[in-house]
Amino acid sequence: MTATVATPRSGAGRGAGRSATRRPAGRRSATRRHLTPWMMLAPGIVLFTVFMAAPILYTVVLSFQKEMVKGLGLGSGAKTRTFAGFENYVATLTDPEFLASVGRVLLYGVILVPTMLGLALLFSLLLDARRTGAKGFSRVSIFLPYAVPAVISSLLWGFLYLPAVSPFYWIFEQLGWDDVPSLLSPGLVIFAIANIGLWGGVGFNMIVMYTSLKAVPTEIYEAARIDGASERQIALRIKVPIIMPALIMTALFSMIATLQVFAEPTTLRPLTNSLSTTWSPLMYVYRDAFTRDDIYSAAATSVIIAVATFAISFFFLRVVQRRAFGQED
Amino acid sequence: MTITNQTRAVVLPELTEASEDRRTLRRAGRRGRGGAGGAAGAGRDQRMPLAVGSTAVLLLGALYCLLPVAWVVIASTKDASELFSTFTFAPSTHLWDNIVELTNYRDGLYWRWMLNTAIYAGFGAIVSTYVSALSGYALAKYTFPGKGVVFKVLLMGVLVPGVIVAIPQYLLLAQVGLTNTYWSVLLPQLISPYGIYLARIYAAAAVPTDIIESARTEGAGELFIFHRIALPMMGPGLVTIFLFQFVAVWNNFMLPYIMLGNDELFPITVGLSGLLNQGASLPAMYTLVITGALLSVLPLIVLFLVLQRYWRVDLAAGAVKA
Repeated sequence: MTATVATPRSGAGRGAGRSATRRPAGRRSATRRHLTPWMMLAPGIVLFTVFMAAPILYTVVLSFQKEMVKGLGLGSGAKTRTFAGFENYVATLTDPEFLASVGRVLLYGVILVPTMLGLALLFSLLLDARRTGAKGFSRVSIFLPYAVPAVISSLLWGFLYLPAVSPFYWIFEQLGWDDVPSLLSPGLVIFAIANIGLWGGVGFNMIVMYTSLKAVPTEIYEAARIDGASERQIALRIKVPIIMPALIMTALFSMIATLQVFAEPTTLRPLTNSLSTTWSPLMYVYRDAFTRDDIYSAAATSVIIAVATFAISFFFLRVVQRRAFGQED
Repeated sequence: MTITNQTRAVVLPELTEASEDRRTLRRAGRRGRGGAGGAAGAGRDQRMPLAVGSTAVLLLGALYCLLPVAWVVIASTKDASELFSTFTFAPSTHLWDNIVELTNYRDGLYWRWMLNTAIYAGFGAIVSTYVSALSGYALAKYTFPGKGVVFKVLLMGVLVPGVIVAIPQYLLLAQVGLTNTYWSVLLPQLISPYGIYLARIYAAAAVPTDIIESARTEGAGELFIFHRIALPMMGPGLVTIFLFQFVAVWNNFMLPYIMLGNDELFPITVGLSGLLNQGASLPAMYTLVITGALLSVLPLIVLFLVLQRYWRVDLAAGAVKA
């Protein structure tokens, strides 16, 4: 924000400095050229300030406040905001319900991210392999779920999980297996949600990896083949290391996305009793803000989630970069 | 550094198409040479028997991804009793009845949701793409003090999870009385730091500075240059930004879920989620939900398949045409 204020001044200053050497027309166009980019950036900067920077600042401010009720709590002046210090943060971080939701989401991530990226990598390598067939059909089919929003994919899978609708339970019945537990039962619902995430995400990650595989010059593979490397060796020893940056970024984005899971469990809730209103951290925030009307606590929890997201991204990139790119030293 | 690499990979598929062509050409050339030289190598290359195992794995993946889509197509042909009694993949004949019933539900509320979705995702993504293009072009093609700071701040915005700011956005919009309006869902999603970041890459790669300079010498205004010269050159890239933003808005469930109370303003996702909720006590709703899901996914799948073509357009071609 400081830049917005400071720059027209420094731009004008520079224009004034040049005016000694330049003709008036030149000066006018130089000033105009300094102003033009700011005019073009203005809509973006205004929207960014109003809808991203301001809400973030406001959340931080709210997270350090609480509501005080005077007297009987009646009338408009009865409630006042006061400074709460870290009270809201302590309350969230010591709430077993919040910690349980964090635990669930971490487990969800541990199940989902490696499976999704593993399959995406496998599919992208197969698409890039020389002797695989049905490539065009498979690529489009696997990418297709990316066009289906999380709410609708949860809805589709939700029905496919219901024993009365699911084709799998029909097969189990034919096989005489009667007591196959429902994926919507309390212990398994996390897999039900992870499967929805997998279905929606594997295609996009596959395309990202496939695209970076396609950018590799084929001379490398030719050389390896001449040296007698098999297709599998080329895939594992050359292709995977080469697209490592893409793998790292897809891993990072997938981890950030899993921390924010909200639409899938919210949509599935009407179909099962296994999902509480605080199943994921964001559902916990939603409940605080809108069911309990405690926006201060919701703000503190939002800040905790945002900070945790940043910390995880940062830590992950540090570890991975040391491993993947620090081999020279 | 890694960000740049990855994003380029995502964003510049057209380059990879070119490399694919190159690859096929080279392979053809090598075949010719192989015929003259090592017969064994040439033979292996020419036949190239399909690897059954890997093809099967890929087809299994495709099957897994198509399964729910196939299911929704078939399930939407069943009536409420058949849904829970007949075999999953046994089609029935009630598709038209279901569509009529869905249309009659509260005087066509469903189609209202479709229209709302088109407004939020379509109109929202178009405006957002324009804002991104404007900012990205300014960041790529001008040098001015403060540019680095602006870009860094925007880049940090890419990492801020959008859903985290949804609740404070609600509180701020509530103070100016804008919640529960179209604006409350449209406005917060007009800004896309990722879109600006992509637009900057596109503008830098697709708009040659010489062309801008020569347009300036001929007396063209800066905005004229942007609209008439730069925008068409950035075209294919802007389609990608539009697609990303369209999917982001269409996928964003939490924001409209928080902002809207009046169900006439709902996008399709929030509407269907509400219908599913009613289904818990009124199972007849399930057929409406399923038919509604099918009808809402179809246009998006068509849009995806049609626009896929644009992802392959060569950046260089855009510049030459303009």
